[in-house]
Amino acid sequence: MLEVKNLHAKIGDKEILKGIDLVINDGETHAIMGPNGSGKSTLSAVLVGNPLYEVTEGEAYFNGKNLLEMKPEDRAHEGLFLSFQYPVEIPGVSMTNFMKAAINEKRKYQGLEPMNAAEFLKLQREKRKIVELDSKLANRSVNEGFSGGEKKRNEIFQMAMLEPKLSILDETDSGLDVDAMRIVAEGVNKLQTPETSCIVITHYDRLLEMIRPQFVHVLYKGKIVKTGGPELAKEIQEHGYDWIKEEIGEE
Amino acid sequence: MASEQQYIELYQQAREMIFSHAPEVMNAVRDQAFEDFRQQGFPSKKVERYKYTDLQKLFEPDYGVNLSRLQIPVDPYETFRCDVPNLSTSLYFVVNDMFYTQSQPKGHLPEGVIVGSLRDYPELIGKYYAKLAKTSEDAVTALNTMLAQDGLLVYVPKNVKVDRAIQVINILKATPQNAQRQVPDLMVNRRVLIILEAGAEIKMLFCDHAADDKNFLATQVIEAYVGDNASLDLYCLEETHYKNVRVSNVYIDQHANSRVNHNVITLHNGVTRNKLDLTFSGEGAECACYGCVIADKEQHVDNNTLITHKVSHCTSNELYKYVLDDKSTGAFAGRVLVEHGAQKTTSQMTNQNLTATKEARMYTQPMLEIYADDVKCAHGSTVGQLNDAALFYMRQRGISLKEAKTLLQNAFINEVIDKMQLEPLRDRLHHLVEKRFRGELNKCEGCRLCK
Repeated sequence: MLEVKNLHAKIGDKEILKGIDLVINDGETHAIMGPNGSGKSTLSAVLVGNPLYEVTEGEAYFNGKNLLEMKPEDRAHEGLFLSFQYPVEIPGVSMTNFMKAAINEKRKYQGLEPMNAAEFLKLQREKRKIVELDSKLANRSVNEGFSGGEKKRNEIFQMAMLEPKLSILDETDSGLDVDAMRIVAEGVNKLQTPETSCIVITHYDRLLEMIRPQFVHVLYKGKIVKTGGPELAKEIQEHGYDWIKEEIGEE
Repeated sequence: MASEQQYIELYQQAREMIFSHAPEVMNAVRDQAFEDFRQQGFPSKKVERYKYTDLQKLFEPDYGVNLSRLQIPVDPYETFRCDVPNLSTSLYFVVNDMFYTQSQPKGHLPEGVIVGSLRDYPELIGKYYAKLAKTSEDAVTALNTMLAQDGLLVYVPKNVKVDRAIQVINILKATPQNAQRQVPDLMVNRRVLIILEAGAEIKMLFCDHAADDKNFLATQVIEAYVGDNASLDLYCLEETHYKNVRVSNVYIDQHANSRVNHNVITLHNGVTRNKLDLTFSGEGAECACYGCVIADKEQHVDNNTLITHKVSHCTSNELYKYVLDDKSTGAFAGRVLVEHGAQKTTSQMTNQNLTATKEARMYTQPMLEIYADDVKCAHGSTVGQLNDAALFYMRQRGISLKEAKTLLQNAFINEVIDKMQLEPLRDRLHHLVEKRFRGELNKCEGCRLCK
């Protein structure tokens, strides 16, 4: 699915990623944890092609294609999805028009005809149920006036609509109450198939208890310094990151 | 040197011809207008209200003026189809500056309502004509008054409501069908007089179209008297082409408890200058003045407004939005004047602009001038670019950069379109604006004359 080799990236003059190696196979779920400012969000931003970041070294292949040469929209068409840590409000563009444009551009990329209105509305209705999203939100502008929980559920709704191969959830659990977190996690689980993979970026293992990852990576100062199974998340929850820092020779 | 000279000479030479082809009420103020024009000349850019548009330059070229009132044979009803869906309007045409009388929509107008030529109804017109549009205060108004020979009269008597919208298509056409010889570029001087008695209601939509690719210079003066409790919707849509120059002066006088909605939409143009002077002379009146501009290439659009609160308890609202691409230039200068004693005035003026390139220029100048001490007035202005975070968010969902830009620009302009009262027109404009952003709109949509 995804193969990242020695990836370096900077924003402005500041180098943030200093050599990331990561392999994700079909059907796997990986968690990425790490202290604030270690580069987790940067990694997700670089993978989806945010123009604010510049890749200085390394490679990233997505199902055999060179990810770093693709435009952001083409990465999306190939099946890469990012659930934003801070979903952007877009006043004046309705959720429905936004989703319709996204779906139809993907279909165009795949050489398919645009989806007709009835089909689209039906699809939208079905997918909305997955995250228990109020249908009233469809007529509202994208994320405008949505509560924190609604914004995050809206991200998962979009994920359901676009059926990506690899989803990156960037702190989708932050700012969610327990119930909302359960809805989001259940939504993500429902969308999992043996052909899809997921990267979950989080600070807490509560979400990971619901979306059971097979691998947990710790990102620190722009590198993956430790990889383990789900038990690693528990240890971090109990003991913090100091012991890992000690392990790699820092106090 | 001074571009006014050719108009002064024209008037001196052709005075008799102008008079002989024009109604007496229009002739009555003509010599005074000429004097006023001669004294003022065209304003330079040092004149405050003409700071952003160089009128001297616009009026410099040699245009032909149809003073002997030759009919350009065209049947607009045959050749023009405006496809605003579900909007059944009473459709009228002004060909260049002549009110088209040969055939007209069959009587949908309520009793007493007049939509006609300024050549008729002299008694009525004499009471109102050229009173609001003072020739001593504006050179373009003076020039228009001095040269205009025909125009449109709209009269709605007391307490009469005209349900069906009146649509007036201003067609610019220099070349007669099957013309054998070259025709000169054309200057036209349009004139409109709108009179609403107390309690009257009407909705008007003016659409400017150019029907051939000559250079046009159109001056326009609209005077509107809005009586007590009366209601006027005045929408102006311009879809001409890059060789077109439009200089429009709109004067509105609002009496007590009257309402005015005024929208100016510029979709395609060359150089456009729209001036609005709106005065509240009776208490409790309200106005909403909106404008939107979509410009690219080297188009130039200048909206200049003055809203005068002469009396207390009136409300004015202004929202003008521009999207400027390529090397286009936009200007908005709005002034709200709250006179001494006009207490409890509420006024809001907003101008927001997007510049899509580094070469596009926007000049914005919101102004408040307040001589009363119990008012609520606000003004604001922004110039910016599309939100990068929103663009990237959309691209991450697979929407191409171009499409994402179109969606955002559309959303930006739609705030103005959504304020339109006429629903079918609103839908139609959403569609037109979208096509415009996609570059699919060529001059006038639905106008077969252009094709």
